[in-house]
Amino acid sequence: MLSPQRLQQRSDLLQAVRTFFLSRSYIEVDTPIRQPVLIPEAEIRPVPAGEWFLQTSPELCMKRLLASGCTQIFQICHCFRQGETGRLHQEEFTMLEWYHTGWDYHDLMDECEQLIGAVGQCLTTATVQNVMPTLTLSDKSAWQNHNRQPQKAMKVGPRGMASSQVLRFSDKKISLTPPWQRLSVEEAFQKFCGTSAQQAVEQGRFDELLVERVEPHLGWDSPLFLYDYPVALASLAQQKKTDPAVAERFELYIGGIELANGFTELIDRDVQRQRFYAELEKQQMHGLSHLLPEKFLQDLVDVPECAGIALGLDRLLMVCVGATTLAEVLPFTAHDL
Amino acid sequence: MFSASDLRKGLKVQIDGEPYIITEFDFSKPGKGQALYRTKMRNMITGNQFTQTYRSNDKFEKPDLEERTMQFLYSQDDEFHFMDTSSYDQIFLTREQLGDNISFLMDNMEVQVLFFGGDRPIDISLPIFVNLEVIRADPWVKGDTSGTDTKPVTVETGYKLQVPPFVEEGDKIQIDTRSGEYITRVKE
Repeated sequence: MLSPQRLQQRSDLLQAVRTFFLSRSYIEVDTPIRQPVLIPEAEIRPVPAGEWFLQTSPELCMKRLLASGCTQIFQICHCFRQGETGRLHQEEFTMLEWYHTGWDYHDLMDECEQLIGAVGQCLTTATVQNVMPTLTLSDKSAWQNHNRQPQKAMKVGPRGMASSQVLRFSDKKISLTPPWQRLSVEEAFQKFCGTSAQQAVEQGRFDELLVERVEPHLGWDSPLFLYDYPVALASLAQQKKTDPAVAERFELYIGGIELANGFTELIDRDVQRQRFYAELEKQQMHGLSHLLPEKFLQDLVDVPECAGIALGLDRLLMVCVGATTLAEVLPFTAHDL
Repeated sequence: MFSASDLRKGLKVQIDGEPYIITEFDFSKPGKGQALYRTKMRNMITGNQFTQTYRSNDKFEKPDLEERTMQFLYSQDDEFHFMDTSSYDQIFLTREQLGDNISFLMDNMEVQVLFFGGDRPIDISLPIFVNLEVIRADPWVKGDTSGTDTKPVTVETGYKLQVPPFVEEGDKIQIDTRSGEYITRVKE
């Protein structure tokens, strides 16, 4: 369970995110977390809830809202992915997802820089009232002093964040001053693996090389955008017009940790259906659902050109406060329940 | 059978016919990519360590491991002989197999012997606490330059450790076999 101070930081983060988006004319939406059919994704296992499933991401419903005429929407919600438990994974986690019509993935990268800059600043200067400091039993006098002056506001120390927009993480200083580093997937694979990304995909070694050789190097001088994924890993991203071998997809890394995944969204229903079929084929080997989200596909024709991104809020809080495991920033972990 | 998602620190699995224990474990997964189960393992027979990354569909045999209560009888050269307290069967393990356990092993001590494949002894586990007699203790010199409030002693197995100044030759002390550290002085 989290200390009151950490909960305050979590609350500050949530409020800062909302303030950021509301000041930019986004509207906050809340879509159902239990759904009858999810996005077919071969590598993501949903948690069943009755005959339906808990969402693995709010993507389908949010894009349908774009089809209905919304232009800028964001959502903070819980997502569920079965079997994902580790230092950076929990089966239930908090996602921040947002969409902007008329934009492409480069616009979203710029907005990420602004969002995290703003949130970082807010966590730095947060002044907390009515929060007990963390005390050990031997700190009795401090405890009593605190009780005597309950009205006095306490400055929460800049745990991890310094006012000069530098993130202190794992003994390193990561500059948040834009522009951040941008590295294409191909450049990264050439640089850290000495092989092409395309070749890694063909050999079935892409994920392994990414996790073991590439990711540990990403996002230490500044946060880093890894962009232009091989089209086989396009997911729901649009193919790049000037280079059909890649998709307009990017991931954001800070201190070696993957924080966000954004796309220029694929809005071609037929292509999307083909990609879903391909995922279904892989899924069926695991004996999972064989249904397609037909209502989503039906609405996809009305979705305007847009870009969207999902960001792990727990991980963002983690890097902002200098924690090294997700468990240190979640109100409760599965282990606590 | 275990699948990759069962892997965790401390789990014992069989690979190529030999038992391994997982000493480090990390789950990692790119958001849209495959789950990767990164492990560091130790071969329970040879002690060799290696790191390996597994995928969701990898499977592992359960090693045939069994613990039996046995009594330590005697050692001869590098062979340490034990007897099953119910069947009176006798077996031995080598000095190399026992490693640091030798520091705490006393005649007639009951230990758990780990068998692989039914009849192959590969390891022992000691009681967590053992009582051993101090056979050599130097007097404590106050103001010792090391700046610590402990002094070195030797116990009857030949093991040396740091204890508080009041422990004297002939005292029995309790030692935690997991850390090898002094716990308390024992009154007979």
